Amino acid sequence: MAAPLTLLLIVAVTIRAALFRSTFAYWIAERVEVVSPLTAWKRVVEGLALLDLGVSPYAGDVFHETPLIIYLFHFLVDYAEITFILADIIVAVAFYYVVKDYNKQVFRKQKFALEADRYPADCHELVRTPKEMYYIPLKAALFYLLNPFSVLSCVAKSTCCLNNAVVSLFILATVKGNMLLSAIFLALATYQSLYPLTLCVGALLYLMQRQFIPVNAYRLSFWWFVAQYAFMYLGSLLVMVALSFFLLGSWDFLPSVYGFILSVPDLTPNVGLFWYFFAEMFEHFRLFFLCVFQINVFVYTVPLAIKLKEHPVFLIFMQLAIISIFKSYPTVGDIALYMAFLPVWILRNVFLVSCVLLMCSALFPVLWHLWINAGSANANFYFAITLVFNIAQMLLVSDYFYAFLRREHHLVHGLYPKKKDGSEATLVLK
Amino acid sequence: LGATFLLFLLLLLLLLIQKHMIVQPLLSGFFQCGRHVERAHKLSHYRLFPKSLGQVISKFSVRELHISLTQGYWRTMQWGQPYQPSPPGAELWVWFQDSVTDVDGTWSELTNVLSGIFCASLNFDSINSIQPSASFKPLGIGNVTDHRFLRYATLPRETVCTENLTPWKKLLPCGSKAGLAVLLKSEKLFHSSFHSQAVHIRPVCQDAQCATTSWELRQTLNVVFDLYVSGQGKREWSLFKMFSRTLTEACPLASSSKIYVDVSDNSEVLTAQAVVLGDRRTFSVYDLTQKSTFGTTSSLNLLIRWKSSDAHMLRPLLHAERYVAGYRLQSGEIHTLMYNNHPYRSFPVLLLDLVPWYLRLYIHTLSVTSKGKTNRPSYIHYEPSKDRVKPHTLEMLVQLPPNSVTEVTVHFDRILLKWTEYPPDPNHGFYVGSSVVSSLVPSIVAMDTNATHECPLFNSFFPSKEETSYFVRLYTEPLLVNLPTPDFSMPYNVICLTCTVVAVGYGSLFNLLTRNFQIGEPRPGVAKRIANVIRKMRGVPPL
Repeated sequence: MAAPLTLLLIVAVTIRAALFRSTFAYWIAERVEVVSPLTAWKRVVEGLALLDLGVSPYAGDVFHETPLIIYLFHFLVDYAEITFILADIIVAVAFYYVVKDYNKQVFRKQKFALEADRYPADCHELVRTPKEMYYIPLKAALFYLLNPFSVLSCVAKSTCCLNNAVVSLFILATVKGNMLLSAIFLALATYQSLYPLTLCVGALLYLMQRQFIPVNAYRLSFWWFVAQYAFMYLGSLLVMVALSFFLLGSWDFLPSVYGFILSVPDLTPNVGLFWYFFAEMFEHFRLFFLCVFQINVFVYTVPLAIKLKEHPVFLIFMQLAIISIFKSYPTVGDIALYMAFLPVWILRNVFLVSCVLLMCSALFPVLWHLWINAGSANANFYFAITLVFNIAQMLLVSDYFYAFLRREHHLVHGLYPKKKDGSEATLVLK
Repeated sequence: LGATFLLFLLLLLLLLIQKHMIVQPLLSGFFQCGRHVERAHKLSHYRLFPKSLGQVISKFSVRELHISLTQGYWRTMQWGQPYQPSPPGAELWVWFQDSVTDVDGTWSELTNVLSGIFCASLNFDSINSIQPSASFKPLGIGNVTDHRFLRYATLPRETVCTENLTPWKKLLPCGSKAGLAVLLKSEKLFHSSFHSQAVHIRPVCQDAQCATTSWELRQTLNVVFDLYVSGQGKREWSLFKMFSRTLTEACPLASSSKIYVDVSDNSEVLTAQAVVLGDRRTFSVYDLTQKSTFGTTSSLNLLIRWKSSDAHMLRPLLHAERYVAGYRLQSGEIHTLMYNNHPYRSFPVLLLDLVPWYLRLYIHTLSVTSKGKTNRPSYIHYEPSKDRVKPHTLEMLVQLPPNSVTEVTVHFDRILLKWTEYPPDPNHGFYVGSSVVSSLVPSIVAMDTNATHECPLFNSFFPSKEETSYFVRLYTEPLLVNLPTPDFSMPYNVICLTCTVVAVGYGSLFNLLTRNFQIGEPRPGVAKRIANVIRKMRGVPPL
């Protein structure tokens, strides 16, 4: 199994290295779909240049990375390409082991259920065989490494790749049951881009499930566990923030990084929903809609956690997808992260969704060219395609969610629902 | 053909007033007219100093104030160095006393008051004002150099017209009733290629010992007339032709009132020599305070006619221009070219750029090249912009090699703004103010000490500590930059569409989160349902 993974890594690294050396690299690094004001490499370099001039990188409105990133690249700026390729490899390898571990558990659970004869008689075709599960970890790694979105993101040196690496390490630590590392990586991910905060629910549920702690608000053990995790999480977050403060000697980075993420002052076009909405917003309602849109990212956490109490890994996937759709400065790199999970479960409308996503990916540069370069179109064209792109993503996520729920339902109630009189029935959401 | 003339008017007062006016023929078919009024006085005593400005100075604790309103762009390569440089539009720079605690607040109040005094819309606040660290030093006495008390701002798009000239004329002690100001008729002054009016206030020494200081107010007016067009191609000019007026008397309050005509090309008349801006010029002087100047008709009209059509003008040693490169609405480059035309001397220049926040500069892309080689600036002062708060300040000291072109390039991103932040006609573009190039340029012509004795005016205008170099400030062209625009006609549509998409996402997740799978009745076909409706109406049991 290691051989195909190694081969895959070699192919992926070759593609990236070749693109880094090609003339496309410059073109890709300018694409607004690939880099956002938060993640653009150009801005990292600018931050370093400002630091060299003796100006605080946060004195202006160009640099919005965290202080740790700038100090990381202070040393690694000459090895940036290797760093970004390495980050992608980390994501792929982490996903490989995450999915492998997850599959082991699914298989174990399935085995117990089969032995206890808990599955209805007619849904044995839903039970997964080891043979079909064998290639899923490799597929997940492949979906990330050879996904054009992640390739572009890496070649553009978007720091989104680094955020993805941190998130994937967090998931790996969680799935391996390492509470401390999970908390540390979650804190790092939160420190980097704020939104991964919502992933803590999935991690908590998973870790509790693993340690057989009941999710019950009346139990002391539940609260004790939550407190432990929160302590580790907040502690490491505090350390990182304090470290940033001591590196720079000021708190300027807080408004410049987190204030920037939350208040969306930069309206540079991207694949998300924020830019044109807030460019066209009436000033009077700006704050209101800003709150609505930001709350929208976080509001699904609790209902999803309740619904997916038994399936924390799927919960983490849903959270990642929701963050990458509704966050303020999304890039295609974020999409590549949750797409890596697609081989793990099943999907209904593969053809429709993939066609729409492909069409949008092709139309983004075309309409951008018409608007910005040729001047023959206007902002509405590009805006329209971002809307379609987001609808396609929502369709993908809700379909995936629907298919997951339906499979779980069938595993309990049988594949062919019958009415009381024995005639054939359909399944509806009520 | 034709002639360019420079009229330069000056009033100097130190309990006596002097007025000087300089007329200078230059190369192409233009007239330049300059007017200087200079007075000094204690601020408690408003005999000659306008009270409106005096109160402004004391209320806002101003140390120095320089304001100019300009229509048109000074073409250095055709007209030579300007006597009083000013950028197109409005420019204001103020040094405050170090007793001012809230400089930004005082600055914003001061600009509002000045807007009222000069009938201009000087809406300067922190969004478009900067604090240059080296380019604008105080011109008066006192050696405050802490640039926290300096504010500099320009409005490149400000149009200057009669309503700005009238309040400017009112500041003169005789108004426009007597003296040289009689010539300033707005219908003539604004029928010109370049018009620049300015007010400079600075503290000066009252006597040689400098025991007491007093305020100096200097009003200047530079006008370039296109005589080639109005003079039917003939190379001649007269006061009457330019201003439709002749002079009858000096302002009675003036201690000195003179007209200097630059006659370097036909020096047959009575002359005085001076070295101005590194060039030796010959002037004929007309003193308005003497009766004999007006002759028997008691009115003075000057008429000068050239025999030959070629005129001599020293090529400016320092020259700068600027343009925007890049055709796309995503990013671009600002190129600034600085020419050192001196054959063998290199000299340093200070370049100051004020770039608005909506062009996002990338300082790591800054490149300075001369003669194909990288020319590292020895000093860089850079303050990045904050969106909607403050502009970029880029100031650098570059050494210009002899006989070379130095190119300064910097990349910028064009930002998509909120739809309410665009001006009317957003596709016209956004103006970016001129770069300021300041330098001590080595003089080619040696200073003639005899001539300067006769023209104290030039000493005070062009102070040069070393006599081998002189101070030059140049302004480049303002830039016009296009930014990407949203569609202004459809905010409602965008809000509705985006909210719909968010609602689609929310709705589908909400649907899946709140509902459970249940066994439902298979719905009967359409035909069956219609049949059942009919059967129900007939009172027959359904199928």
